[in-house]
Amino acid sequence: MERKRGNQTVFFNNKPKIIGHYSIVGPKEGKGNLRNYFSEIEEKDDFFGQETYEKAERVMIERALDGAIKSANAKYSDVHLFMAGDLLNQIISSSYAARSFDIPYVGVFGACSTMVESLALSACLVDGGHFDTIACATSSHFSTAERQFRFPLELGNQRPPTSQWTVTGSGADIVSIKGNGPIITCATFGKVTDYGIGDVNNMGAAMAPAAMNTLIAHFKDTNTTPKDYDLILSGDLGKLGSEILIDLMEEQGYKLGLNYKDCGQIIYKRNQNVLMGGSGCACSATVFNSIIMKKLLTGELKKVLFMATGALLSTTSSQQGDTVPGIAHAVVIEGVKK
Amino acid sequence: MNEWYVYLIVFATGGLVCFLGQVLIIKTKMTSARILVTFVVLGVVLEAVGIFQPISDFCKAGINVPIIGFGASLARGAINAVKSTGILGIFTGGLTATAGGIAAAIFFAFIFGIIFKARTKKL
Amino acid sequence: MQEQERNKRYNAYVEAKIAKTHAWPSLFNSFWVGGLICTFGQLCNDLILLWFPSVSTQSAWAYTLIILIFLASFLTGLGVFDKIGAFAGAGTIVPITGFSNSITSPAVEFKNEGIIFGMCAKMFIIAGPVIVSGTVASMIVGLIYLFV
Repeated sequence: MERKRGNQTVFFNNKPKIIGHYSIVGPKEGKGNLRNYFSEIEEKDDFFGQETYEKAERVMIERALDGAIKSANAKYSDVHLFMAGDLLNQIISSSYAARSFDIPYVGVFGACSTMVESLALSACLVDGGHFDTIACATSSHFSTAERQFRFPLELGNQRPPTSQWTVTGSGADIVSIKGNGPIITCATFGKVTDYGIGDVNNMGAAMAPAAMNTLIAHFKDTNTTPKDYDLILSGDLGKLGSEILIDLMEEQGYKLGLNYKDCGQIIYKRNQNVLMGGSGCACSATVFNSIIMKKLLTGELKKVLFMATGALLSTTSSQQGDTVPGIAHAVVIEGVKK
Repeated sequence: MNEWYVYLIVFATGGLVCFLGQVLIIKTKMTSARILVTFVVLGVVLEAVGIFQPISDFCKAGINVPIIGFGASLARGAINAVKSTGILGIFTGGLTATAGGIAAAIFFAFIFGIIFKARTKKL
Repeated sequence: MQEQERNKRYNAYVEAKIAKTHAWPSLFNSFWVGGLICTFGQLCNDLILLWFPSVSTQSAWAYTLIILIFLASFLTGLGVFDKIGAFAGAGTIVPITGFSNSITSPAVEFKNEGIIFGMCAKMFIIAGPVIVSGTVASMIVGLIYLFV
């Protein structure tokens, strides 16, 4: 089989597998819909025993990586590369977490699409034979994101109705050529897409066009239709964003049916006051590494198209009145055949 | 009996000012900083054209507690100082009149900033 | 050109797609909470004048505002003010309490980055524009009155 088809999709012939996974979340996520699926829930302290929220985020990545390696029945020395990213300036959470490991480190940034971005890149490197085993991780924390992108936590303002709630948590995967686990079969890298949304409180609408572009490129490159997948999972489009995506796809002649789900809508319960749903790197990372991986391992899901979207803005760009560009990457993961 | 009537007016007018602020937030998606700026400048303008005083006589706290009152004090301070000291008043008037409020806000923020720690919103 | 056309269409589509939330509850909440804060201010003012007859009307107002500023600042530190604010919206922002909250909240927030460049510098990220615009506007008014 060829290694690349179309402009955006690459195929993995040597079967890179996800042999270990781990998810850790904060108190609010622990009270959500996926309570029984997360690997670890911090019930009370969203400082994770640290002085600041930034340090708490690092601890989450460290614990996620540790857990993922253990779940793969591997040792730290078996992991040859650590690939991670997050939302904070200069991706400090990932880099500072990497400081405590004796593993070569690559930092990646794709905003909230980081989980899929690192999975796709890891699969490329593993499939190409450059590395045997790669760990990828990402994290986000409500409070660090809020203080970087929005307002002080104690400011008495109302959240705009289109805004989303940044997930506090971290997810990690071990991608390897050896061992057993769900197989990553192909990946579609997305293009930066900007449809001129300027409202930073409406990320779903800003990212939906990028998601549409990537999905269409994927379906064309792989000659598939939405019906060929057990599940099409988007990262953190939220309620409004996923409704827009369904509309946009229909306009292009693709019908997203009941097999389409959005992590941002799954993670929280409706009465948790999260408005449009969850967002942040950890949104897709924790949902994927809990319920989705479990179902892939039990064979309940056989073929999943996992696409995460990211909004590539900074506070500077938005203050200068620039619009919000979006990105979306997708990977196809096939479950263990029973 | 007359006393209660005053409180009713204060409640109604103060509520109305905040109501208008909320309308602005919903209609224009303004952030709280912009709302505060808008209302302060509004207060300055009302005082400058001389209609703040009659409103204040009627509404009392209903217009003085909202940040409009803060803007009006700034303007009133500047106007009075200009009348008494001339050009220097332009510079000293406004902040002198509002020094108490600003200093209090800074002082309490400093004290409580040192004492307390920010926590994640629990909604 | 085509892109601008497309973006315009998309923005209009998104605007129409945003579910119209019912504005009345939040308008109602901002009304009664804001009204209550003003009434409380009036009460403070009247009590000060009643208990301390030597205080001038103007000083009584200053004391009243300082009391409100203190309470808002204290509630912000306790972590209560953001909850009231989320409920009342402009009801707590527009009164002087919102000004106080906008200074205390970054002070509490950015303490971790140090007292000087964290707390003291960031105190004015929201209140700064308010003080600057108010001061400049009042100076313009003063300048006009100088010539009138």
